[in-house]
Amino acid sequence: MTDPTNDPEARPVADHDESLQHTHGPYYGDFGGRFVPEALIAALDELDVEYRRAVADPEFRAELDRLQREYTGRPSPLTEVPRFAEHAGGVRVFLKREDLNHTGSHKINNVLGQALLVKRMGKRRVIAETGAGQHGVATATAAALLDLECVVYMGEEDTERQALNVARMRLLGATVVPVKLGSRTLKDAINEALRDWVANVDDTHYLLGTVTGPHPFPEMVREFHKVIGQEAREQVLDRAGRLPDVVVACVGGGSNALGIFNAFLDDDVRLLGLEAGGDGVDTGRHSARFSGGAPGVLHGARSYLLQDEDGQTLPSHSVSAGLDYPSVSPIHAWLHDTGRAEYRPVTDAEAMEAFRLLCRTEGIIPAIESAHALAGALVVGRELAASGKDDAVVLVNLSGRGDKDVATAARWFDVVDEQDIAKAATTEGSSL
Amino acid sequence: MSGATGTTRTADTGFTAGRTGARLAELRAEGRGALVGYLPVGYPTVERSIEAARTMVEAGADVIEIGVPYTDPVMDGPTVQRAVEAALEGGTRVRDVFRLVSAVADLGVPALVMTYWNPVLRYGPDAFARDLAQAGGAGLITPDLIPDEADAWLAASDAHDLDRVFLVAPSSTPERLAATSAASRGFVYAASTMGVTGERTTLGGGAERLVAATRDAGAEHVCVGLGISTGAQAAEVGRFADGVIVGSALVRTLLDDAPFAQQLEALSGLTAQLADGVRSARSGA
Repeated sequence: MTDPTNDPEARPVADHDESLQHTHGPYYGDFGGRFVPEALIAALDELDVEYRRAVADPEFRAELDRLQREYTGRPSPLTEVPRFAEHAGGVRVFLKREDLNHTGSHKINNVLGQALLVKRMGKRRVIAETGAGQHGVATATAAALLDLECVVYMGEEDTERQALNVARMRLLGATVVPVKLGSRTLKDAINEALRDWVANVDDTHYLLGTVTGPHPFPEMVREFHKVIGQEAREQVLDRAGRLPDVVVACVGGGSNALGIFNAFLDDDVRLLGLEAGGDGVDTGRHSARFSGGAPGVLHGARSYLLQDEDGQTLPSHSVSAGLDYPSVSPIHAWLHDTGRAEYRPVTDAEAMEAFRLLCRTEGIIPAIESAHALAGALVVGRELAASGKDDAVVLVNLSGRGDKDVATAARWFDVVDEQDIAKAATTEGSSL
Repeated sequence: MSGATGTTRTADTGFTAGRTGARLAELRAEGRGALVGYLPVGYPTVERSIEAARTMVEAGADVIEIGVPYTDPVMDGPTVQRAVEAALEGGTRVRDVFRLVSAVADLGVPALVMTYWNPVLRYGPDAFARDLAQAGGAGLITPDLIPDEADAWLAASDAHDLDRVFLVAPSSTPERLAATSAASRGFVYAASTMGVTGERTTLGGGAERLVAATRDAGAEHVCVGLGISTGAQAAEVGRFADGVIVGSALVRTLLDDAPFAQQLEALSGLTAQLADGVRSARSGA
């Protein structure tokens, strides 16, 4: 009998073993699937087969491990933050420092995995979508490293808001295409990337940046990010002498959250995902798919979705561009419906308060996305302390660093004159 | 309404011809393919999209494909995107499609609705099928729904006796061509090239090969869309396909700043040119 772990084709596709960590697509409960044009199905089938072969191939794994170690800087450290934790009911808070990865966020984990896969498949061009620019920068970085042509689609509104990340991608040799149709944000960048892919699928891979989209993307992107939780689980066991009580992460598409949740799915550990509550879920200006959306299909997968009564996608809102997306991973939708993970909204104001607090108490400037997770940690820490568990351990995924958000934060806290920001950005931009 | 006859099934392949299929069979007997013309409902307004559809029928369109405006049309190029965006901004609702369907059906022409899946999912696939059948619609064309994901739609279209037009592409494997042909009713929509909707100067030989392969895989009727914009192209495709599907080129006649009457004239002229192309395709010329 062949060992199923060594024979990728023998592995079940729509079934799973007892561990929740290895659940295979295309469906996760009622969610997932492949709601895409027929023209893409052959490429998705090829990707599925090649991805399974690659992750079962020791040579591929060794090369990815080497890049993670020598290029990304893995393992990322675990930092205990006692001064911050004083504001979280006095529980112990540990940060998984994905912000210290090369390119400044967890995004590089998935990008390197997929880019190596692209080389293996013999394709020479990658396309990607980006909102704030983090995934675009990571993709442009991997494309430079592995000699791939790179085109990044970015909503025109986002190219204006994130001009420095546009410059960064161009310095790395990528072509950045501003998307002028629709709402001119991340959702429309994905639409345009899908249109490009349909037309150029022969030589092009769509390097999707999160755990959503058509099968096998959710499963594959989870695979490349699960290292976050694997490392963090060992690090917490080593430092705290036990598993954490709660693991906390922000959820846009959901890649950093799934990356850290996955290793804990079979443990008796609470998993808490924080969505962007924007101005507040009751205002309608938010990105809270679980508390403000309903199941539907967008960008290839069935999941929770912000939509109107006609099934038209509703615009999302958040101070954080990386969480500003109207749908969410089908794997999170499944974890939500099964109750294995819980999801709560965090408003812009709550996230920015947590942002300020981490800066002042620990000397770490987080990405505003990650600040949503920090806000969740403050709340859940106080709840735990109030219920008598003041020795609780809370693990937070600090998914990215805040350099890209300095202008937004400076404006929010009114610490710099508006004109000075504009001038500084222009000067910095031209000197690049 | 000779087009709206019942369902016929070809026993050996499992492929079934619904109401659109019956019309295509009639036209085949006449020695020509069909001109399938696309317009989104609600552009420039619901009333005017009804007038535009009527104009296309009068100028020679054999089947009308009515688009449901959607916020995220990933299979559409800039021309159709601009029109559906304007339709949505103008307040077009999904249910408005049934008014246009009804107007087209009254003219004795099969009315197929082209829609992305989420609006139907939200409406409820069975409720949508019921209301579409009640309006006299022939069925649905579903650009982002493959048969593998279509259980709810297969059941609803059976229950309400509607066509279901799935797409095949140059990248489709023989296995998928067979499965898609078996699941389709009315015709199979062959995408002429890899890409989204929009006008193209050359079509290449891929479309003819794809039509042949789809027929070999069991499809009774195969219509070709994507990129066709001129009478000459319609004639070229009409030679080997059961139908020639034109969208962006027709929509473009309504996108400029000219008065609506003038736009209708342009729409009528282009439709007639395309209809001539389809009619001349197999005349031995």
